[in-house]
Amino acid sequence: MIAQSFQYASPGTLAEAISMLDKYGEDAKVLSGGHSLIPMMKLRFANPEWLIDINGIPNLAHIKEEGGVIKIGALTREAEIEHSDLLKKYFPIFADVTKLIADPQVRNRGTVGGNLAHGDAANDHPAVMLALNATIVATGSNGERSIAIDEFFHGFYMTALEHGEILTEIQIPEPPAGTGSAYHKLERKVGDYATAGVAVQLTLDSKGVCTAAGFGLTNVNPVPLRASRSEKALVGKSITDETIAEAAKYASEDCSPSSDLRGSEEYKRAMVAVLVKRMIHKAVERISK
Amino acid sequence: MIQCKTSKAISGMGHSMKRKEDIRFIQGRGHYVDDIKLDGMLYMDITRSPYAYAKIKNIDISEAMKVPGVVAVITGKDLEKYNLHWMPTIMSDTQMVLPTDTVMYQAQEVAAVIATSRYAARDGREAVKVEYEPMQALVDPFKAMDPSSPVLRTDKPGKTDNHIWHWEAGDKAKTEKVFSEAAVVVKEQMHIPRIHVSSIETCGCVADYDKINNHLTMYMTTQAPHVLRTVFALVAGHVGLTEEKIRVVSPDIGGGFGGKVPVYPGYVIAIAVSFLVGKPVKWIEDRSENLQADSFARDYHITAEMAGTKEGKILATRFKVLADHGYTDAAANPSKYPAGLFSIATGSYDYGTAFVEADAVYTNKPPGGVAYRCSFRVTEAVHAIERMTDRYALEIGKDPAQLRMDNFIKKEDFPWHSPTGWIYDSGDYHAGLQKAMDVVGYADLRKEQVEKRAKGELMGIGISTFTEIVGAGPSKDFDILGIKMFDSAEIRVHPTGKAIARFGTKSQGQGHETTYAQIIAEELGIPAENIQVEEGDTDTAPYGLGTYASRSTPTAGAAAAVAARKLRDKARKIAAYLLEVSEDDLEWEPGKFFVKGAPEKVKTIQELVFAAYTNFPQGMEAGFEATHYYDPPNLTFPSGAYICVVDIDKETGGIHVRRFVAIDDCGHIINPMIVQGQVHGGLTQGIAPAMYEELIYDEAGNILNGTLMDYLVPTAVESPKWETGHVVTPSPHHPIGAKGVGESPTVGSPPAIANAIIDALSPFGITHLDIPITPFKVWKALKEKGAYGK
Repeated sequence: MIAQSFQYASPGTLAEAISMLDKYGEDAKVLSGGHSLIPMMKLRFANPEWLIDINGIPNLAHIKEEGGVIKIGALTREAEIEHSDLLKKYFPIFADVTKLIADPQVRNRGTVGGNLAHGDAANDHPAVMLALNATIVATGSNGERSIAIDEFFHGFYMTALEHGEILTEIQIPEPPAGTGSAYHKLERKVGDYATAGVAVQLTLDSKGVCTAAGFGLTNVNPVPLRASRSEKALVGKSITDETIAEAAKYASEDCSPSSDLRGSEEYKRAMVAVLVKRMIHKAVERISK
Repeated sequence: MIQCKTSKAISGMGHSMKRKEDIRFIQGRGHYVDDIKLDGMLYMDITRSPYAYAKIKNIDISEAMKVPGVVAVITGKDLEKYNLHWMPTIMSDTQMVLPTDTVMYQAQEVAAVIATSRYAARDGREAVKVEYEPMQALVDPFKAMDPSSPVLRTDKPGKTDNHIWHWEAGDKAKTEKVFSEAAVVVKEQMHIPRIHVSSIETCGCVADYDKINNHLTMYMTTQAPHVLRTVFALVAGHVGLTEEKIRVVSPDIGGGFGGKVPVYPGYVIAIAVSFLVGKPVKWIEDRSENLQADSFARDYHITAEMAGTKEGKILATRFKVLADHGYTDAAANPSKYPAGLFSIATGSYDYGTAFVEADAVYTNKPPGGVAYRCSFRVTEAVHAIERMTDRYALEIGKDPAQLRMDNFIKKEDFPWHSPTGWIYDSGDYHAGLQKAMDVVGYADLRKEQVEKRAKGELMGIGISTFTEIVGAGPSKDFDILGIKMFDSAEIRVHPTGKAIARFGTKSQGQGHETTYAQIIAEELGIPAENIQVEEGDTDTAPYGLGTYASRSTPTAGAAAAVAARKLRDKARKIAAYLLEVSEDDLEWEPGKFFVKGAPEKVKTIQELVFAAYTNFPQGMEAGFEATHYYDPPNLTFPSGAYICVVDIDKETGGIHVRRFVAIDDCGHIINPMIVQGQVHGGLTQGIAPAMYEELIYDEAGNILNGTLMDYLVPTAVESPKWETGHVVTPSPHHPIGAKGVGESPTVGSPPAIANAIIDALSPFGITHLDIPITPFKVWKALKEKGAYGK
């Protein structure tokens, strides 16, 4: 890589990192796994003067359960998420999504926090976190604050994170019994961004009536999209061919994909409908197991 | 099973000897151009045009010169002073080294920045300010052929259109007559997409000009070091760099695939700069430059027609090609064959009438037309004939395997004269296809397909039974820039019986250090592990035309066998002298001569070589060396029968290659393990254009997929499980009966995949789709036929 010259710092504490971000302002970028930032620097699309490497900061990589909440540290590598027994127990969707993120080498370095903080609707975790109703924890010089996932994504590469704030943790409510989740994306080849991707989490009561539904869509909208009408189409109802078709139709109508080399807008809408249908089936199948 | 004549200790032909070169490669000790570091070496980076067609109004280098470490910025005007701003292409066209006034394609070289580090060179490149006046680019080759279109190559005096050349083969009148009378005629318009070799190592060089001795050493990524030395001497002879003053060294190469045959402007600029400043200059492309600016492959638009009877006898074919060469014809074909060996397009079938013609045209796209793992346009030809064979079978409702069986040239009909003038050396097409059908379980698959169709599921079976034409070539017809397409081997056996052998070819991953040693081991009985193979240094290796077009085994491999046989003849004379018998009384078995009927009277090859230095007959020349320049009497004609099975997701258009069986006939096999590796790699480079790869440009000539993020090179994940096998019909004219195999799988597999996909979609009236066939393209085709969601 032949990037522009830059300064590199590797602070040992979160406080130190935050003070550096405050000091260098717009000229500084946080380096986590580096798999979005480094390629952009290589092509000189991103030319930060300072790289603040947070990899040496302790207590940012963990997967734990506390008081009915699953907490994932921002520095947790995709590979750790892929193989976590705790996540497998509650959220089969993580095994789906991590296997579709790039390749094993990238997953050994890439972090879940970086995937979200990059603010790219083509990344896969945003849709998953929307479906799971996650909360983002950001830490700055004024301490921690919680951001609901629906408030987090503001635009292309833009998030609710302020300058001087670091995404430190993701918190996900432990799902009730009768919950299942699933994710899939269509990609042109391994490691590609999604042509379309759909994340689903559903909770069914003992009679098979849907009591909660979460739908997140990948790369078919300028910002990561919650398919709210699809969720409403299912809650309070049984999962039937008709309700599934309705949810699929709403998601394909409510997204706003653009035509590109991956396919036309029409194709992408059609694929959203196909994936919504398939992911509902998969989530329901996982509940009944 | 392959029968070996030699023991495993000798490891002649047929042994799966492990590759000798891998000892260094798997330990990270390969030595590539970018590993070369010389004292005082400078680094070059290149400013490139963002426009496909523009006038250069001004180049401002002042900011670039202020970047710390930048020592010079070179433009076309600087090179013009030395008349080095233009160069010839291998096809005797002309190409700018650096422009003086106009850029003709996006990513064209505009200025070179020379600096003391790689980083400073890139910073300097970003600081060069070029003022352009963009012009309307001509991107569509059909539009470029229109007489009303503006002339692009205004540098050529008297040029009034964008047409480059017209070429034809076969009998036009006879073909027209057969077509007009035929009961069945099928026709399709097809495009073989513009693709890129995308070798792992990009192109690059270190030009090291020594002012004191007026000598240039050029370390570079080239598949043809000797020819390039001659080209450099032709370009730079007028400034004193004559051929004896130039040494080209091609070190380890990380994949060539035809992309490292041409001369790129970067090489010439590096030489010019080193010549002017007297210091070594390194130039290594980055990945995007390699993809966007280096020679493309294919880009043939083909109007393909086949005529036949209602019962399924092929009567004639007619192929009309429009070849988009971009800004200049920078292909690397033999001089007399501007459309390469495209006239092999009559394929494996026994019919007597064909006509093929091609026109080439300039557009505002990067130049090229290289033979990407292909013996000069054979891939395009194979796609045309194999697609049309399936198209014809579909038209008359006949099974495509049976139709092929009914039309194949019979094995007893070789040597076979094709209607476009080739003499096929050998083959057994019926045996190949039968073997492939047996392995894949063809009859059962067709039954399964009927059942699946009844359930509304999409499954397809595709066949490709191709004939290749490789090993260029006989001196009466084949030359590059006038140099005949022989190749060479020089064997020198040391007193202790160990050897060094040097060749005019250059391995880029083919395993020459192993296979050439095995050929010599077969002929002389010296263990292959005791034979060191060297290539790529023009100061030491004999002159040769290089490695491409599957020509190394057919030409240099043959030269190795003939040179070794010259040495065996000498060994026989020494053995007769030492054993005090006449030469006729001696019998050879690999590694020794013994007296007929008295096997205890024996001399090993090692003893005989030692005697060649210590105790040879009076009047005999000392030493044990031989050289041979091999002029092949004919080309070789490898063939293959490939069957592909696909399942298609009718909701997403997703294509799953369930099975792929490849039965190859490459004649006698030198190293089965290496051949299997070649076939695996080639098949993967066959699914690439069939399902993934295409360089895409917009109407202004901007590349839309100029990085590997969007130019989709398939990986292990996309590769199906390859099932390989062989039929062996030795080439009757080749010293060891080998035909070459490097390219067969790349050439033969795309139509098998395309045919399988079209077979799956044919119930909906889909008769053709251009490759690459993607899920989106399948979805769109189903939608257009009203079949989506049905």
